[in-house]
Amino acid sequence: MSDIRYSQEHEWVKLDGDTATIGITPYAQEQLGDVVFVELPEVGKKIEKGKELATVESVKAASEVYAPISGEVIEVNSALTDAPATVNEDALGKGWFAKLKVADKGQLASLMDEAAYKKYVEGLH
Amino acid sequence: MGTSTSTESLKRTPLYDLHIELGGKMVPFAGYDMPVQYPMGILTEHQHTRSGAGLFDVSHMGQIRLSGESFAQVASALERLCPADFLGLAPGQQRYSFFTNNAAGILDDLMVTRAGKGDDKDHLVMVVNASCKDQDLSHLRANLNNRCEVEPMFDRALLALQGRRAAAVMQKIAPDSSTMKFMTGRPLTVGGMQCFVTRSGYTGEDGFEISVPGGEADNLARKLLGDMEVKPIGLGARDSLRLEAGLCLYGNDITETTTPVEASLTWAMQKRRREQGGFPGAGIVQRQLAEGPPRKRVGILPEGKAPARAHTEIANEHGEIIGEITSGGFGPSVRGPVAMGYVRADLAKVGTPLQLMVRGKALPAKVAAMPFAPHRYHR
Repeated sequence: MSDIRYSQEHEWVKLDGDTATIGITPYAQEQLGDVVFVELPEVGKKIEKGKELATVESVKAASEVYAPISGEVIEVNSALTDAPATVNEDALGKGWFAKLKVADKGQLASLMDEAAYKKYVEGLH
Repeated sequence: MGTSTSTESLKRTPLYDLHIELGGKMVPFAGYDMPVQYPMGILTEHQHTRSGAGLFDVSHMGQIRLSGESFAQVASALERLCPADFLGLAPGQQRYSFFTNNAAGILDDLMVTRAGKGDDKDHLVMVVNASCKDQDLSHLRANLNNRCEVEPMFDRALLALQGRRAAAVMQKIAPDSSTMKFMTGRPLTVGGMQCFVTRSGYTGEDGFEISVPGGEADNLARKLLGDMEVKPIGLGARDSLRLEAGLCLYGNDITETTTPVEASLTWAMQKRRREQGGFPGAGIVQRQLAEGPPRKRVGILPEGKAPARAHTEIANEHGEIIGEITSGGFGPSVRGPVAMGYVRADLAKVGTPLQLMVRGKALPAKVAAMPFAPHRYHR
C-alpha cells in the first residue's frame, strides 16, 4: 500500500498512471461515525488541489472532503449514494469517492506517505 | 476534515468514570464532558433505543424543587413565570412547560411534576436544560423568593431509561413502576435505591427518567446496564431520537426570540392560562392566538437523501426565502433526512412544497406532520 499518499485533512489518494483515486482515511471515517449521505462531484468537473471535492454526512454533521490533488473528475463512486456506510466499512477500498485525471503528478510530493501519516495521526491524540 | 475539542474546565457528571470505561467518545456539551456516542455508534444506539432499551446519562440537566406553605401557593407562584396550568395538576402528574420573557420568547423549557400525596406538603420538582440551569435558578429566585422556597438539587443525577423494552427492564428492579402512566412521577425504590421516577423522556418511546442522589448514580447505572437488554446511549442518538419524535431542542428550535404560538406549542398552554394570562408575554401570546402568528414551526421532509442541517434557508416555490431549518439531520428510523424549522405562516400547511438551500442547491422538500416516528408512550 506504499503507493497511497495522505493529506493532513485525512484524504487518501492512489495514483494509477495519470488517474488518481480519492477517498477518506480509516481515521477520518472513525472520527465521523456512521456515514449516512455522500454528495459526489459531477463527472467532468475540474477541481483544484485543496478545494471541495465532495461532502460526507454522518448522523451528527456534514464535513467537506477536499481534493488532495488537482484534476478533472472522470468517475465517481455512485454506489455510495445507496450504500454510504461503505465509507465506514471499507474506507481505503470500496469506499472511494472519485477518480480524477491528474495534470501535475508533482503535487503528490507535498502529501504524506503511510509512515508519515501514521505519525501525524498519532500526534493528534 | 478536522476535529478540535477543548476539554478545559469541563464539569463531569457522577457517571463520568463509567462513560470512559464503556468507551464513550467524550465531547463538551453545555459545560460538561459528555459521551456523544459509545463504540456501538449513533445509528445502532438509535435503533437499539427504538427496539430495546437505552440508558442515557442526563445528569447535566438541572433539577429544582419548589416548596411552600401549600401546594396552591407553590403552583400559583410558578404560574407567574410559565403559561402552564400547575394549579390543576393532580398529585403525581407531570406537565411540559417553559419560562417566557416579556416578549413571549422562551427562556427555557422544562418538565414539572407535582410530587406528593395530594395534601399541603405537595411540592413541584422540575427538570431544566443544562445550559440554562444557573440562569433558571436566578430567575426563579429573583421572582419567587418571597412566595415559595427554591431549592436547587444540582448534585442529584438523572438517568433516562428509554425504549420499547424499558418498562419490562424497569419492572425487574422496580416492580411498582408498571402501574405508572406517561407523564406521571412518584418516589420509587429502584434496585434498592430511593429514587424519584417519572414516566417520560425525550425519545418518543415509552420510558422513565430516574432521579437519584449523585453518589448512588454509578451503582444504579451499572445495575441497569447489567440487564442484557440495556445499552448505553450517547447524546448523538438522543438528538436523532428526539428529532424523529418532533420534540424541540432548546437553543435550536425554541429560543428567546420564538414564542410558544410560533413554536406550535399552544397545546402546552392550558385553556385557563391562555384566557387569563398572568405570565410574561401573555399579551403577545393572546394576540398571536387571536390573529395567528407570523411564522410557525413545522416538520419538514426533504425529498432526496441529503440532510438539511440547522440554519439551512427555506425558500418557497418561487425561490423567495421564507424561513429557516432549526434542527435537521438523518433519521435512522425514517431511513432518510428529517428536519424541523420555521416557515411563514401561510406556508405551514402539511404538504406545502418548499425548497431547502443546501450548499448552493435548492433541494425539494415538503411540510410534513410530526412526529416522523410514531410516539409509543404508555398512556
